[in-house]
Formats: sequence, structure tokens, C-alpha cells
Amino acid sequence: MSDLDAFRQEVRTWLDENCPQEMRTPMKGFEDACWGGRNYKFASQAQEDWLRAMAEKGWTVPTWPKEYGGGGLSKAEAKVLASEMKRIKARSPLSSFGIWMLGPALLKFGNEAQKMEHLPPIARGEIRWCQGYSEPGAGSDLAALATKCEDKGDHFLVNGQKVWTSYADKADWIFCLVRTDFEATKHNGISFVLFDMETPGVEAKPIKLISGRSPFCETFFEDVRVEKHNLVGELNKGWTIAKYLLTHEREMIGDIGGNRPISEIVAGSVGLDDNKKLADPMLRAKVAETEVDEWAYMLTLTRKLAEAKAGASLGADSSMLKYYGTELNKRRYELMMDAAGHDGLEWEGERSNDGDLARMWLRTKGNSIEGGTSEVQLNIISKHILRMPGA
Amino acid sequence: MGLVLTEEEKMISEMAEGFFADKAPVKQLRELRDNRDETGFDRGLWAEMAEMGFAGVLIDEDHGGSNMGFMEAGLIAEQMGRNLTASPFVSTAILAATALNKGGSAEQKKEWLPKIAGGETIMALALEEGRKHNPAATNMSAERSGNGFKLNGQKGMVMDGHVADQLIVVARTSGEAGDMDGLTLFLVDPKTKGIATERTQMVDSRNSARIEFEDVEVNADAVLGEVDNGAAVLKAIVNAGKAAIAAELLGTGGEAFRQTTDYIRERKQFGVEIGSFQALQHRSAHLYSELEICRSAVLMALTSMDMDAAGSEMPVAMAKAKLGSVSKLAGLEGVQMHGGVGMTDEYDIGLYLKRIRVAQELFGDANYQMEQIASMKGY
Repeated sequence: MSDLDAFRQEVRTWLDENCPQEMRTPMKGFEDACWGGRNYKFASQAQEDWLRAMAEKGWTVPTWPKEYGGGGLSKAEAKVLASEMKRIKARSPLSSFGIWMLGPALLKFGNEAQKMEHLPPIARGEIRWCQGYSEPGAGSDLAALATKCEDKGDHFLVNGQKVWTSYADKADWIFCLVRTDFEATKHNGISFVLFDMETPGVEAKPIKLISGRSPFCETFFEDVRVEKHNLVGELNKGWTIAKYLLTHEREMIGDIGGNRPISEIVAGSVGLDDNKKLADPMLRAKVAETEVDEWAYMLTLTRKLAEAKAGASLGADSSMLKYYGTELNKRRYELMMDAAGHDGLEWEGERSNDGDLARMWLRTKGNSIEGGTSEVQLNIISKHILRMPGA
Repeated sequence: MGLVLTEEEKMISEMAEGFFADKAPVKQLRELRDNRDETGFDRGLWAEMAEMGFAGVLIDEDHGGSNMGFMEAGLIAEQMGRNLTASPFVSTAILAATALNKGGSAEQKKEWLPKIAGGETIMALALEEGRKHNPAATNMSAERSGNGFKLNGQKGMVMDGHVADQLIVVARTSGEAGDMDGLTLFLVDPKTKGIATERTQMVDSRNSARIEFEDVEVNADAVLGEVDNGAAVLKAIVNAGKAAIAAELLGTGGEAFRQTTDYIRERKQFGVEIGSFQALQHRSAHLYSELEICRSAVLMALTSMDMDAAGSEMPVAMAKAKLGSVSKLAGLEGVQMHGGVGMTDEYDIGLYLKRIRVAQELFGDANYQMEQIASMKGY
């Protein structure tokens, strides 16, 4: 038996003993995800037990080093863990911007003290993070951001406003892009700082979206004191970290894996005719087309990640993946709405799980806007891959 | 899992790239067309391809082949697609080799495979009868007659049909049009009495023929595979054809795209390069994305052919569907972005548009593949 086989056996036994039955059922809506944090109210004892057990093993972040709360697993071992979890349909124990975004940035750009302070609480789901990037005047043109960060000798003072801050009203800490030099060219005066959302002067106001839900906030900073050791990387060099994180975010947004086949969903709503074909022939054609694209897209994601040497970023190809993946996801939800027909239009009530499909459908409209619009991704591809003039 | 080329595969790909760019660039296709060449490809080139092991790419060493495998066959096809190279590679090295590998008796293999690998024999698959790819609709009949069979019917879109030394003919020995059961494959000498071949000049200047069979007598040993049970072998042949054409289209579409982006980077209007216009940039960036998606689809299709021909039907159909529609887009956008010169015979982009139009139709267009995919998936 190879080491990996032995590891698989060990994982299987452990999961069998430690993954509560309730955590092996599909999530009904996004509320079922576990986000953790100081003030988090677990949806159930099982959810809490599952997070604790996984965090104990370091398996909320399997590939992070053990000293930072990770599992210290190799990529191959992490793959085994993921496949074993998938086998028993185990839910992800923790959804976290700390894991997906800040963690990778700290591992790459943070100093030892910052890693020791912040990574373990992220791994255990004790501190929930939000991302302070976009501003009212800095959306697609992110580098135009103007939130002011002044050097006050032994500390920084932050004043300004962020927008589209995901779950800022629920987060404990924020990683934030601020302007530390107003004289320099726009990319060269940005810094990357961390601070507690309970610091006086911080206020988060949820924004109600077309989905009726409020996952995003406007976040205001008035004379917010930030300790100097909370500057990540060098002063005025924050854009490098921002770009790294955006690339990382695009790769993440681009991932549509684990979805139920769209044909199965559509067949469930519109049914099959006597020849076992989808009753709506035009819809059937669109479904087949979308399934081909989803298949080839997932292969491309795998291929690009495999091609990028270990640890290296995908560069501008992450824009291609983000563009294609988000447009594809929007197509998927359009098809789901087409298939659901009148039922999919219900907005409230138990039958529709409070309009979950309609609200998810509306939410996907933001996929091709957040993290850089599709148009911005196409600009990046034109400039950095196709080397078009004047791009 | 085959999505990233191994060192060896990279080497084959680069070797093929250099070979076809050097020996069979677009200029060669133009000369064949303009001289109304009787063969429709360069026999010297085919001989060299045989020497390189390309003709025997799917044939094992015992039968004189190089046995490189499907991934390699696809990488070769891609480079031929890039250069619009005319050769009997698909008809003979892919379709006929697969037919013999899957359906041939020991004697048939021994007789024909070494000749294919050596570039001595050209074979053509006589399958299509209607306007669209539809094997089940085969109407051509093969009636028992004496010791053998008597063939009657007509075939079209026979690649390299007018230069073939042997034909692989799909005919019906039982059942009726619409059934996949009741089909039988025959190896037929095109010089047999009762066969009339008409070379059809096609839009892509590549070889194709219509062939009529009138009371053509063949012996029982002409049967390739089993009588009435040709469907399995035929499916394998068609699958191989789809995979090879999808790989070819990756090259053709990719090269059309490359020429187009090269052109718009240089061409000036309003005092600036037209490639600086966002209207063209975004369409180019979209096409780049689609072509990247296509490459993964083709690599997976080829991998599945190498791994397990039975499980390859789905990925191959998916790849052919995707490549059919995206290469078409590459051709259309290519001509449009070239503007006026895209309409001239002088520029190559039109030749790419034409070849793509043909290749996307071979073994079923994107709509056909999509219909197959939905049916296979049970919806």
C-alpha cells in the first residue's frame, strides 16, 4: 500500500468518526454555510462540532503549514482529503475570506509575527475577515482608490469610504487598500493594512441588492487608528499584494466545480417526452451547449493550474478563466430560471425556500461585475496576452 | 491526465510543427488548387510523412507502424490544420487504420496495415449518402450473391475517394434505413466493375468524391468485421475521425485567429492601429478564451481515445461540437476583422474560412454532436 493509500484509509476512518450525519446533507441555501467569527451563531451543534473537529486537524486549511493552524498536507494529500469529503458529501466546514484571500496574501507577503497572529484564528474560524477594496470612485479603476491613510508617528490614521465590502457588517477584521502617498502615480501610493472592525470610527451599512439580500456593505472610516505593525509588506507597495489577491480571487470566482449537471436540474423541472428527450427542444439544445462548455471550462481550469508551475500565478490567464467562468455561471442560472418557469418566480414562502432560485439568479448577475467586470477582463487579455496596441 | 503535454508529446508536436510549416505550408495548397493537380496532394509529402511515422501513427510495430497513439495523431493533425496541409492523413492513417485495427481479420491486417504505414496504399471511407452525416440512414445495399455480395448505391463526401487504392464501403446487409443494425463494411477495389467515381471539386480545394456502385460484385472475404454487425467498428472509425478533425480544427481555428490578431495589430485606419479599438480587442479576447477552452476539450478527447475507445464517445462528441462552433467563429471573425482584404483570394484567411466550413461538417456539425450528447446523457 502506498503512503497515499494509507493516508486515504486514515482520512476515511477519521471522517467516518468525526463528520456528523447532518453535515453530510446538501446545503439548502447559502445560509447553511458556516462563516465563523467572534459573534457567529452556529446554525446547529453539528455545524459547530464539524468546524471544531476539522480545525483541530488543521483541515480547514489542509495545505497551510502546521505552525499556522494548517494541516501541513502535500497537494496530493489535500486532493485525497477533498475526494474523501466529496465521497461522503461532507459540507465544507468553513467559508472564509480569511482562508480564500487574506491567508494566501499573508503567506506570501506577511512577516512572521503577522502570520502567527492572524493565520491560526482564520484556520479555526475564530476571526471573520472582510475585504476593503472598491470605493464609490474606484470600481473597475480600482487603483484610483482614495481612502486616506496618514502617518501619525507611532500609528496610522485612516479616513474614507469603501463599498461592496462583502459581509462587512458581520466581519471582525478588515484587510484594506488605502492611499499612503497622494503625490505618487496612482499604482505607487497604495498600501495594504489590517484593522479590527470594532476600532472606533468604523461603520458598516448593508446595501440591499436586487436579490433582496444584503451581502455587501458601504463601510465608512472616520479617524480610524491603525497600529503600524498592521501594515502588510512595504509602505506604498500595496498594489502588488492587491493584484496578487485579485488574481487569486478571479481563480476562485472562476471555479464552478461541484455543480449538479444542468441537464438533471432542467429535466427535473420540464420533464422528458416519450422519446426521453427534454420536452422543450430549444431548451434542450441550450442545455447541451452549456454542458459542453462547462465540461471544457472545468478541464481548462485544471489544465491551466497544472501548467502554472507550483506556486506560480496564472498571470493574465486568470482573467480569461474569470471572464469565461462567470459568464458561464450566468448562463447556467438563466437556464435554471427558464426551466423553472412560473415556479422560479416565487419570491417568498416555504415552497420556494423564500425565492432561493430567483435570488440566486439575481446574485449571479454580479459575478461578471465583482472582481473586475467581464469588460475589464477582456481588456487585460487584450493587453497582456494578445499584446494589442494602445491597450 | 493528458491535459498537459509530456516532454515526448511536446517533441512530437514541435517536430510536426516544423515539418508541415517547411514541407506543406498554405502555399502548397494554393499550388495544388491553381494547377488543378490530379492527385490533390503531394505524393512526395505523403511518402515523407510515412517515413516520419505519421502514416502509421495508429498502427502497431508488428504491422510496420510507429504506434505513437492518438494524442500524437491529434498533435500531427493540429499542425496540418494550421498549414491547411492536404494529405491522405485522415482518410488513410486515421479512418482506414482504425477500420482495420478494429474490424480487420489477421489476414486483412497483415495485408493492408504495413502498406498504409509505408505510405503505399491510400484508402477512403465511403460512408455518407445524404447531405448530413447520418450513418444509421445508410441505404446502400449489399445483397448476398453467389459466394459473395452485390453492392448497389451511391456515396458522397468520400475523402480521397478518387485517388484511393482501396475503398472501405459501408452498406446495408439487413434492416432498413434508420437502423444501426444490419450494416456491414467491405474492402473494395475501386477498379472493380460497376464502380463510377466522380471527383468533386470542393470549396476547400481538398479531395472528395461521389461514387456510384452498380451491381458491384465482391467476394465474401471482402467483408471487414462481421456481416450485419458493422456498427461497432463503424462507430470506432467515426469516433476516430471526429477526434482527428477536432484536433485539425484546433490548428485551423487557432491559426486563423493568429493571422487575424497579427493583422489588426499592424493595419492602420484613422491614424492608429485598428487593434487599438476596443470593439476588436474584446472580440479577440473572447475568441482567445474560447480557443483555450477548445484546446482542453481536444486534449481530453485525444486522451480518452488513447485510454479507452469505448468511453471516448462522449468526450469526442463534446470536443467536435465545441471545435465546430468555435473554429467557425474564428473563421468568420477572421474575415470580418481583415476587412476588405479578407474578401480577397490573395490573403490566406479566406482559405481558412473555407476549410473550417468543410471540417466542421465532417462526421457531424456542432448541432449533430449536441443532439448525440443530449441523447447519450439521457435527456
